[in-house]
Amino acid sequence: MRFGIAVFPGTWSERDCAHAVSLDGHEAVMLWHRDADLRGADCVILPGGFSYGDHLRCGAIARFAPLMDAVAEFAAGGGLVWGICNGFQILCEAHLLPGALLRNASLEFRCEPSWLRVETEASPFTAGCRRGDVLRIPVSHGEGRYVADPQTLLTLENEERVALRYVRADGGPVGEDSPNGSMRDIAGILSEGRNVLGMMPHPERACEPLLGGDDGMAMIRSVAASLDRAGAFIRAGENPRTPR
Amino acid sequence: MTVFTAEVVVTLRPVINDPQGLSVRAGLRLLGFDGVVSARVGKFIELVVEAEDEAAARAMVTRMCERLLCNPVIEDWRIDSLRALEAAT
Repeated sequence: MRFGIAVFPGTWSERDCAHAVSLDGHEAVMLWHRDADLRGADCVILPGGFSYGDHLRCGAIARFAPLMDAVAEFAAGGGLVWGICNGFQILCEAHLLPGALLRNASLEFRCEPSWLRVETEASPFTAGCRRGDVLRIPVSHGEGRYVADPQTLLTLENEERVALRYVRADGGPVGEDSPNGSMRDIAGILSEGRNVLGMMPHPERACEPLLGGDDGMAMIRSVAASLDRAGAFIRAGENPRTPR
Repeated sequence: MTVFTAEVVVTLRPVINDPQGLSVRAGLRLLGFDGVVSARVGKFIELVVEAEDEAAARAMVTRMCERLLCNPVIEDWRIDSLRALEAAT
């Protein structure tokens, strides 16, 4: 399959993403922010970095790039869009995902391993994992504190759209060890159609044992497998799981 | 056309936790300002715009706030001042 990887001025993780998907045998094409052209991608990745210098707010200016019109249209039609770190921030600014990402509670830039509990298998990004699996994937951000109003949080939980939650290495509640102080320890959320995922940690930086782990590869394989199944992803309604 | 200056203030909504503000408050207390109850950090944006009249300028700045300068999920905005600089020829 073909991954399209967005490149804005200031994006810094596009080569890592391309390398990671190539490890699983997939093609990667770069998508320039000025072109509203997804180049036939099966899945669009909005990678990490500091698009447009993160000026004003992270992702605030990137969301108006011509490429993002094509991404929004693709997502509206059910296309897979995967925002990682700065990509998550852009998706929130573009209203493709609810909520916002603010300065870490510690006020520090955190670049360290994090442990993520898979909270749902009913998504193309986590279908290959088991609910309750703990993935070791690094974070690298200064503004990853997820916030949303209480009603939005309730909806996300009820619809099982919190895909990943920060936990301790043993799977217990992360508590004070949260890298950013996100509400409900949220590390990644899904859109209503479950075809858009935003997450702060970097799975592409956890794809080789040499680099300290390959838990991120489980997510890339999930996406590929989801697309292989009749070229369509698992929609929320097609999954028998009862939301909590 | 007239040139106007507009001063826009963007603040975090009251319900949003502001660790930067808490840090500023702690710093002020460290300096002996025991009376400081709260500190919240926001943004100040000074704009120069050209418009037909003040109403048009205000409408334009309002659209700017709604579209880009403020994220309504987390922020509130207000126009603190809007005044004509000079009448262009």
